[in-house]
Amino acid sequence: MKDNNFEPKLLGIFCNWCTYLAADLAGVSRMDYPANLRIVRTMCSGRIDPQFILWAFRNGADGVLIGGCHPGDCHYIEGNYKTLRRYKFLKRILKEMGINEKRLRLEWISASEGEKLQRVVKEFVEEIKKLGPISNDDAFKKVLTSTKGGKK
Amino acid sequence: MSKKPKIALYWCASCGGCEEAVVDLAEDILQVVEKAEIVFWPVAMDFKRKDVENLKDGEILVSFINGAVRTSEQEEMVKLLRKKSKIVIAFGSCAYTGGIPGLANSYSKEEIMNYYYKEGITVFNPEDKKPTPQYIEKNLSFEIPEFYERVYALDQVIDVDYYIPGCAPTRNVVKNSIFTLFSGNLPPKGSVLGASSKALCNECPLNDTKPEKITLKEFKRIDKNQPEKDKCLLIQGFACLGPVTRGGCEALCVKASYPCTGCFGPLDGIEDYGAKALSFLASLIDSKDEGEIENIINEWMPNPLGIVYKYSLPKSLIFETKNKKNGG
Ligand code: SF4
Ligand code: SF4
Ligand code: SF4
Repeated sequence: MKDNNFEPKLLGIFCNWCTYLAADLAGVSRMDYPANLRIVRTMCSGRIDPQFILWAFRNGADGVLIGGCHPGDCHYIEGNYKTLRRYKFLKRILKEMGINEKRLRLEWISASEGEKLQRVVKEFVEEIKKLGPISNDDAFKKVLTSTKGGKK
Repeated sequence: MSKKPKIALYWCASCGGCEEAVVDLAEDILQVVEKAEIVFWPVAMDFKRKDVENLKDGEILVSFINGAVRTSEQEEMVKLLRKKSKIVIAFGSCAYTGGIPGLANSYSKEEIMNYYYKEGITVFNPEDKKPTPQYIEKNLSFEIPEFYERVYALDQVIDVDYYIPGCAPTRNVVKNSIFTLFSGNLPPKGSVLGASSKALCNECPLNDTKPEKITLKEFKRIDKNQPEKDKCLLIQGFACLGPVTRGGCEALCVKASYPCTGCFGPLDGIEDYGAKALSFLASLIDSKDEGEIENIINEWMPNPLGIVYKYSLPKSLIFETKNKKNGG
């Protein structure tokens, strides 16, 4: 199923102290990036419960971008390292579940890196466009093709 | 006609352990039988589907259903029991969260069929026969239940009133929940019966040895290492899931020197047990280096999915059917 007009729905979950400010900076500096990304702000990337990410995928996000402070710069000292560990672990699980692990991306983007944010979002949109909608992934095929069983 | 409340017991995709748990009630089961009339229990007594069909709607007070739902027969039976029962209880991990059979959701139906009817090393099937719902042989046609694309937890198929956790539920949990039901003092719909609302660590005899903060450079596998006695398994490097698992089993496994694998399921308010478990395990890893983190995860875990979702893959956010949310 190749759909050239496919516009992915992407969720960004950004840390209040760095990546969220970078997005702000990109905005006020008029650096445009694709409108596919919707942003949610958390106080720290370490607050991102893997449940949030799975919930986003299940509710139709084609990709999730986590933005946190560079290593060593976390406002709460070590939150971003926890994010990194969870991210690595979750990627393994996604793969085994049948979700393309590229749909989850982690980037360290500081408050001054508006340009990096712009580049990352553009890249991510391109990448997910190539993958197509998440409903193409095996995990969702398994759920969606089971039309008979399981209906109340 | 007896005035005693009627109860039914049924199994779907089950290993039999849950039925065994009921039998394990031993003399306590007599108290149940005294209080109730068993109208359907195919594993132990000779009942037929017709016996259930002949009952009035809502005539059964409680149906205890164990096992996950994988076939059309199971779907039909649980729907029938739902119609005939006032209260339906998902009994054990398989019915509650999909259980061990639910791990099959990481394979497609085709992969499973191929393995069991073709590729498995002990399979001899030169004619390449596979089960189909309609089987025709010499002008005779048979119907066998359809094997669905995936495994479902009970509440993904019918409305469920209460849950009894455990693989299998322990004797005390079964007893407590049955007495709760017969007391008439019913908790809110959707409650987990007979277990605790606190994490397993709370009732673990080794909890005193568990420090506030634990960090680990490696995880040990229980099949390759012998745990020290009387010391929290988690600080020894075994991935004990006690901190994220509902208590109520009295730390059965830990007392036998085996780390908790999470069969009592999530604590209240957690939607996805596996995501919570992986979040907890990942945060213990003592490394800031990407490569090292990857190594720790890969070396330790040939199958991380089977560790965090051992009992709940069908109820994970990814496999949760959408029709439920949409009221379908
Ligand atoms: S919950 Fe455990 S004991 Fe019960 S049927 Fe499932 S696998 Fe067997
Ligand atoms: S052994 Fe497991 S259940 Fe017991 S205190 Fe340690 S982590 Fe908790
Ligand atoms: S220790 Fe964990 S796995 Fe063992 S019975 Fe209790 S809840 Fe289940």
